[in-house]
This record gives sequence, structure tokens and C-alpha cells, in this order.
Amino acid sequence: MEREETERRETAAGAATGPARGLSYSAMDAVVGAAVVLVGIVMMVDNHRIGADWGDDGPQTGYFPFHIGAILCIAGVAVVLKAFLGADRIHSSFVTWDRFRLVLAVLVPTTLFVLAMQFLGIYVAAVLFIAAFMRVLGRTSWLKTLSVSVGVSAVLFWMFEVQFKVPLPKGPLEALLGY
Amino acid sequence: MAELDALFHGFSIVMTWYNLGMMMIGLVLGVIIGVLPGLGGPNGVAILLPLTFGMSPTSAIIMLSCIYWGSLFAGAITSILFNIPGEASSVATTFDGYPLAQQGRAGEALTASFSGSFVGALVGVLLITFLAPLVSKFALRFGPPEFFAVFLLTFCSFVGTDKKTPFKTIISMMLGFGLSEIGMDNISGELRMTFGWAELLRGIDFLVVVIGLFGIGEILVSMEEGLAFEGKSGKINLKVVLETWRKLPRYWLTLARSTIIGCWMGITPGGATAASFMGYGIARRFSRNGNRFGTGELEGVIAPETAAHASGTAALLPMLALGIPGSATAAVLLGGLMIWGLQPGPLLFVEHKDFVWGLIASMYLGNIVGLILVMSTVPLFAAILRIRFAIIAPIIIVVCAIGAYSVHSAMLDVWFMLLFGVIGYVLKKLQYPLAPLVLALVLGDRMEDAFRQSMLGPGTGLHVFWGNPLVGTITTLALVMLAWPLLALAWRLLFRFVRAGRRSPG
Repeated sequence: MEREETERRETAAGAATGPARGLSYSAMDAVVGAAVVLVGIVMMVDNHRIGADWGDDGPQTGYFPFHIGAILCIAGVAVVLKAFLGADRIHSSFVTWDRFRLVLAVLVPTTLFVLAMQFLGIYVAAVLFIAAFMRVLGRTSWLKTLSVSVGVSAVLFWMFEVQFKVPLPKGPLEALLGY
Repeated sequence: MAELDALFHGFSIVMTWYNLGMMMIGLVLGVIIGVLPGLGGPNGVAILLPLTFGMSPTSAIIMLSCIYWGSLFAGAITSILFNIPGEASSVATTFDGYPLAQQGRAGEALTASFSGSFVGALVGVLLITFLAPLVSKFALRFGPPEFFAVFLLTFCSFVGTDKKTPFKTIISMMLGFGLSEIGMDNISGELRMTFGWAELLRGIDFLVVVIGLFGIGEILVSMEEGLAFEGKSGKINLKVVLETWRKLPRYWLTLARSTIIGCWMGITPGGATAASFMGYGIARRFSRNGNRFGTGELEGVIAPETAAHASGTAALLPMLALGIPGSATAAVLLGGLMIWGLQPGPLLFVEHKDFVWGLIASMYLGNIVGLILVMSTVPLFAAILRIRFAIIAPIIIVVCAIGAYSVHSAMLDVWFMLLFGVIGYVLKKLQYPLAPLVLALVLGDRMEDAFRQSMLGPGTGLHVFWGNPLVGTITTLALVMLAWPLLALAWRLLFRFVRAGRRSPG
């Protein structure tokens, strides 16, 4: 056990030359495996409540999901075991902080966009989202930013609201304009 | 040959300027829809169905079905060039299509995929033309046990061919099944795994999951490479086309196999998505280059696309002949038929000859024109998608959000899309195969229904799956494909565990 600890620390140190920091691949593997086991347990518990046996006229409602939960638990445990004991563990990082920052650079604005969509309607939210993306991450000029973001939103509005008549979430602005 | 007469009659209907125009519009719209993530075949047809109420049913269904062909063709474009499947049925095309594009062979991949699609669809239409009455009689013999056995075979062939990570494949599949079971149960009406959330009543739609996993998730993963969301160059010039066509006859077995699989999955409701996965899985199992699948094998592109197209086309057969839709889009088209007051079934062939044979004739034409259209416009579209990442990425995300929302007009679905985007990112990086998840999600309900319907009534048990030769063969095949690699793996693991236990001081 001690030998493996040192090994892991060395590899981590080795990988930490340059701006590379992050959690290890195998650790993440184990975490996700454990999460799967958790999901499996939840499934089994909830479906046991509804009845997971073989009733009079065939399987009960919870039969399928219960067994799926069971299989998930087993497979999840297998993955966790493999992550801890497998011969081909990967010590390199799951994701380094640099790269993760880039991922966050898309994920965070997208989350804000969906939030905005809920309150401002999709068209206004789209304008803000596209404009923010272009301006902050793409460093585009104001003119281009505004024309593209407003233009795209307007085209989408025309397409979906007027032509296809597909109702998309709208907010206070559209209400003001009478939509 | 009464069918040929009727077919020529159908051609005469299609060859009017109006109907040809509808065909072209349908194809172009279909390509656009097929390429955009989130607006898929069933979605696109459903959205545009109300627009066609003013037209005659024949023209309307010509346009709608051409939208479907267009989207089937075009789904491969983004799969190959951007690793983002434009359609659920083109997910399997990304496995080998994108690697091919990365190697600079995008033109070959695209040509192969379109040509395979063309062949698959052509055979599908021929099938419909000549076999409609015969096949409908056979499909009537398929009961729930047979359906379940076919589904089982599809999944087992997927696990069986994954030598690296069978457990992760199983997890992926089970997650998909689990997701498919959230919501109200078809048979008993009880709520499952909704945890008191009324909004989960209708369950989680697979479209939302696909948009999240493959749209948002893919964008997140590719972000790690930096803000360079570059698609690969998709130039198709005549030379590449001819070269690839010369290579195609080598794959005649794959083409034949996938076409049969596709037609089968279309007629017996399996759907284009399942067909494409099954085509891919079985091609990988039985091909000489099976172990090179996933690294850029042309065969790995031909197999799923041919199957998907054959299935999408053949799915219209049971819809027209029996009123049983063979795919989600066929189901939407069926709805359209009923709205227009046309009853599907044998009577349709007699009372509404114009409609049926006009549609069938348009399928031939639409296939050929569609092929030419996509082959010539790919560079155009690829050029559009090469606009700066900072501009194109948010637009794609917005369209994804629209796609996710428009499925059920539910804001919750957009949040789910985001959630699955993150899940997709993590799972992809940990090398969980996502395809089984989607497949299980799409087929989960139907598979479970088939199982429970097989078990209805006292005195039934698992033995019903060997009740007759047809079912027995399929079931046994499925179990064989599943068991062999698992047994091998279990043996290896046990061996290694014992060895490791003996090594460490403990």
C-alpha cells in the first residue's frame, strides 16, 4: 500500500510540471462508479416501494426498474473495483485546470443563458448570450457583435414565431410588443 | 405486374411542376433540419405538418416525406464533419465518420455514407413497391415475444462487441433503460421514479437527452482543445466521388447485410436509430476489419447509414399497409394521414391509388435528387459552419435550446439538456460509450412493454421466448452474443484478482 502511495504522489508531482493540476483519471472513474452505485440503490429502493416482484399476472410495475437498479449497482461496483485495483490505472489527470477553465468558459454562460431564458424569454436571452460570447470570448467589435446577435435573434423570431408558429418562451419585452 | 402499372401511374402524378417543387422544398428543408442538432426528422416533420393543411394530401405527404429523406441524408454531414450527430439515426455514423474526417478523408466518408444511404433507401422503396401485401401478412405474426427477442439481440450484440469496457457499456445501457422508465407506466398507469415531481410524469424525452449528451456535451469536450471548433474540410469533388464509388463494390456484403437489417428494423418497428446501431454492431462483429472500427473504417460509415436509410424507408411499409408506424417519423406521418381523412390499410391501396403510388414514386425520385443535392451542397454547408467559433457556438447552443424546448414546450427540458450536457462531458471523458444509453432510452419503453405483454396471463414465464422456432433462434443468438465476451472477461478479472491478492503483503 505504501509503495502505491508514493507512486501516486510521484506521478502527480511529475505531472505537475508546468501549470497542470487536477484530479486523477482513476479517482474520477471511481467517483462516477460510486455515483452509479448510488443511482442503482435509489432505483432499487424506490421501485421496491411500488412492488418489484412477479405478481399474479406477470411482473409488477417495479420489476424492470428494480432489476436495472440492481445491475447498475453490480456494474458500478465493478467499475469502482477496477479503478482501485485494476492493473491499468491511469494516473494522469482527468482534466487539468487550464482546460477546465475553457470548459467553464462555455458552461457558465450557457447556464446563465438558460436561466435568462426562463425569465426573459428565449429571444432576448439569445441576444445577450450571443453578444456576450462574441464580445468577451471572441473579442469582436461592438458593431459586428450587435448586428449578429440581434440579427440572429430576429431571424429566429421570424422563423419560429411568425412562420412555424412554434411557441417559444417569451418574456416581458415581447409582452410589451404585443406578443 | 399490377404493381408496375400502378407505379407508372404514380410517376405521372409526381411529375407535375407543383409536386416536383414540393419535393425540392422538402429536400432542402430536410437537409437543413437534418444538419441542425435538435431539429430532427420526427421533430421537423411534426413542426411542419400544420403548414401543409392547405395543400392536397398527396402533395403534402410528398413534401413531408422528402423532408424526412433530406434529414436522413444530412444527419451524416454533421456527424462526419463535426462529430455532432444531426439526427439520432446518425449517431453511429460519428464512430468512424469523424475519425475519417480527421484523417482528411471526409470526402470519402461523405460519399460513402450518401451512397450507402441511397442504396439502402432504394432497396427500401423497391421492397415497398413489390412486397407490401406479402410483408404485411408476415409482420402480423410478430407478437410481443418476437419483438422482445429482436430488441434483446440488438443490445446483446452491442455489449458483445465491446471488448474494452463491457461494464461501462452495461452501465450506459442500464442508465438509458432507467431513464426511459421514469414517468407513467404504460401498462399499469403507476408513476415510477418521479419522486413526487409532477413534471416528470411524461418522463424524459430521448430527444432532450440526445441534444444534451451529443450537442452540449460535445461542445464542452471539444472546448478543451481550445476555442477551435473547427469542422474538418468537407470538399467533395468529382474525383473523390468516383474513387470512392470504385471502392464501394468491395463492401457489397456490408451493404447487403445492412440493407436487410434496415429493412427488417423498419418493417418490424425498430426504427432508424436502432437499425443504424444494429448495422454498425453487426458489421463490426462480422467484418474482417472489425477491430479497426472506430478509427476510420469506411465500412463503419456505410453500415449504419445504409441500415438507417433502409429502415427509414421501409418503416413506411407497415404504416401504409397496416397503420403501424415503423418509426417515430412514420408515426407523425400517420397522424397526418388521419388528419387528412385517409385510413391506412389495404383499402388505401385501392381507394386512394393516387396518394399511395404518388408517394411511392416520389420516394424514388426524392432519393435520386436528394443524393445529388447533398453531394453538391456539402461544401456550401461546411463553409457556413466554419464561421468563427465565438459566433457559431452560441448560435448552435441557442438552436439546441430551441430544439430541447420545442419537444414538449417545457422549460424543464432545457435544464435537462444542460444537465445531460455535463453528464455527457464526464461520461465521454471516462470513455463510457454513449450510444447504448441512447438506444436503451429510445427502445426501453417498447422493450419493456413487449416483455410484459409476453408475460401477461397466468402460467407464462421466460420459456415463452423459446416458444416457436423464430423466437427461439433470435433469443439464443442474443444470449450467445452476450455471454461469450462477459465470460472471458470475468475469467480474466478473477485471475488477475487472485494474482494481485497473492502479490501484495495484505
